[in-house]
Amino acid sequence: MQLKQEWKQQLVDTERTCNYMRKTMLFVPGNNPAMVQNAGILGASTIIFDLEDAVAQDEKDAARNLLKNALETIEVVNCQRTVRINSLDTPYWENDILDLASSGVDGFVVPKIEKAADIERVDELLEKVLPGNEIYLIPLIESALGVENVFEILKASKKIVAVFFGGEDYTANIGSLRTKEGKEIFYARNKIVNAAAACNVEAIDTPFTDVNDLKGLEQDVITAKSLGFSGKSAISPNHCSIIQNGFYPTDKEISYAKDVIEVAEKASVEGKGVISLYGKMIDKPIVLRAIKVLKSVGMECDFTYE
Amino acid sequence: MNKQIPSIKEAILKAGIKDGMTISFHHHLRNGDYVLNNVVDEISKLGIKDIKLAASAIFPVHGQIVDRIMDGTISGIDTNYMSGPVAEAVSSGLLKEVAVFRTHGGRPRAILERSLIIDVAFIAAPSSDCMGNINGVRGKSACGSLGYAFPDATMAKKVVIVTDNMVEYPNYPISIDETNVDYVVAVDSIGDPSGIVSGTTSVTRDPVAHVIARKTADVIEASGLLKEGISFQTGAGGASLATAYYLREKMRSKGIKGSFGMGGITGFYVEMLEEGLLENLIDVQCFDLEAVESIRNNPKHLEVSSSFYANPSAKSCAVNKLDVVVLGATEVDVNFNVNVLTDSNGNIMGGSGGHSDTAAGAKLTIVVANLLRSRLPIVVEEVIAKVTPGETVDVVVTDKGVAVNPKRQDLIDLFNKAGIKVVDIKELKNLAESISGKPRKIKLTEQIVAKVEYRDGEIIDYVYKPE
Repeated sequence: MQLKQEWKQQLVDTERTCNYMRKTMLFVPGNNPAMVQNAGILGASTIIFDLEDAVAQDEKDAARNLLKNALETIEVVNCQRTVRINSLDTPYWENDILDLASSGVDGFVVPKIEKAADIERVDELLEKVLPGNEIYLIPLIESALGVENVFEILKASKKIVAVFFGGEDYTANIGSLRTKEGKEIFYARNKIVNAAAACNVEAIDTPFTDVNDLKGLEQDVITAKSLGFSGKSAISPNHCSIIQNGFYPTDKEISYAKDVIEVAEKASVEGKGVISLYGKMIDKPIVLRAIKVLKSVGMECDFTYE
Repeated sequence: MNKQIPSIKEAILKAGIKDGMTISFHHHLRNGDYVLNNVVDEISKLGIKDIKLAASAIFPVHGQIVDRIMDGTISGIDTNYMSGPVAEAVSSGLLKEVAVFRTHGGRPRAILERSLIIDVAFIAAPSSDCMGNINGVRGKSACGSLGYAFPDATMAKKVVIVTDNMVEYPNYPISIDETNVDYVVAVDSIGDPSGIVSGTTSVTRDPVAHVIARKTADVIEASGLLKEGISFQTGAGGASLATAYYLREKMRSKGIKGSFGMGGITGFYVEMLEEGLLENLIDVQCFDLEAVESIRNNPKHLEVSSSFYANPSAKSCAVNKLDVVVLGATEVDVNFNVNVLTDSNGNIMGGSGGHSDTAAGAKLTIVVANLLRSRLPIVVEEVIAKVTPGETVDVVVTDKGVAVNPKRQDLIDLFNKAGIKVVDIKELKNLAESISGKPRKIKLTEQIVAKVEYRDGEIIDYVYKPE
């Protein structure tokens, strides 16, 4: 009975991360009306409307205004809408949050986060602007210092649902050359995935920057998934379907997960502690993984304990 | 017998062109064509007036004939498609007579039934011999198929071949043969190769077009027609060609081999032929160099006449063998009527071409369009010019939803079963207006500038001069 209680607790905890809305996070320039209008149909699970690098300094206000109106009026289905605000060392980020907090935005992606205090500032301002809001935060880790501090950063705010790794800036920062194979970001990827798992948030991988190399993208998705990332960002809409499919569990994984839940349920009803499937012991992590897989494809998992 | 004439001017005189006559041209040289301009110039210099221009299509390269419309040389135009300055001039009401828009199948019907009587056909030929045996596959101006010129060659009272590549008798292969040819004129150049065919027709990178194309391929699969022996036609660009890309993916992964691809042929279709995914190409017009190369070398790549392609009065024609056609639109209305003739302001910028013909013939007719372009809804209450009647359109696929013609309940059932969400087309219109606002109705004058003739000869709409 004790064991079951523990499982239930884990289930509640995994709720936040199990809801895999963020397999593909697509960047859309915040100053391009046509792209903003069509963002919801491009096959991404989450849109990142960009106010930072995609928007020139003298267009920040106009882009913010465009996004505010778009977020307030354009409905999207099956797609979350986030905004990458400007970094904390600019005069823009506070206005970004002030103007967009009430627009219906689902979350903010905050660039150049290097320490816990950075994300605390954003959390505080957001709470002040709109007390009790449910807007989530995704810190963008893109420096050596950020990578070293990532665990503390992710612990710093309850609003954090995911961490986003920015490989381009990071590579420049450590003085290395960015390659398609990505050996130079191996350490950072591992460290970020580990911190994310420790804090029970999702880990989103850096975008693949060669728009036309779809084979290379496919390989990079396989690498990211195998390292433990739960999703990947995209700078081109044409990358969305490959990323989405890459992070989607295979049919084999889904059917195995269903079998696991089935035997776990049966064991729970019968009051058995130890269960097995296909001759292998099914323990807690395997059941949790199965739940994760099923929820990530939007299947209702009604595996519960009284 | 000597058919060779030293100049276009002498050919005009020999053929006996007089005021009020009808002269014809094909559009295989597309936006690189020199022949139409040169012939009309010579006619004008001879002081001949009131000529009716029966060109299968008119392109921006023909802009200079606006002056010939203004000076009375040209008083009427009979065509299937028009873009550029001539289209603007017709829209502005500068043409003396009401222009006639036909379809690619309607034109050969009218010619063969003698309701469009051609006095002199000028046929640009990338290669010809001294007797007028011609083909489009050899020479510096090679354009591939000469399909649209066949009915003109058969029925015109006089036929003049204009070539920049005179070869030894007999020319081979022979597309149009000497039995109908009166005169052969050699000129320096019949066209600009870069305007005749493009290098490679590549699939668009526009992400919204890909959204539409993927959805369209899913729709085709759900219809049950994606099976061994499928035949289809798509346009040569945008979401339409991108659909062929996704169809190819599906055919590869399911191991399906099709029977034929048709229409304006591009390198993409040639690849499918060479890969064995299509058994044949039925080609009334080539769009790029790969298509020209293929029709020259591959016996499975067939050159056919426009009558074979789409003539509704022929004993049979190929559009009726089509399983699926994917077509574009400048506007679609809530009754599924399609406009491909005017833009949203009512200005002429196209024409049916094979649109209405394939829509009528194919088992499944899909119209693809962005729900909005710039700030304008594309699904509207009523199209400005009805070119393809809604009765012949089965499905409209937009980036933001799929609508099915209510008379195709069978398709609605199939799509529901396949998990494709179907919405009422009025909902699409409302959705578009909810994003853009309801546009103010454009103002048209009472002046009719063109009439839309359906493939069977019935006038189904008029085009009015915008205010």
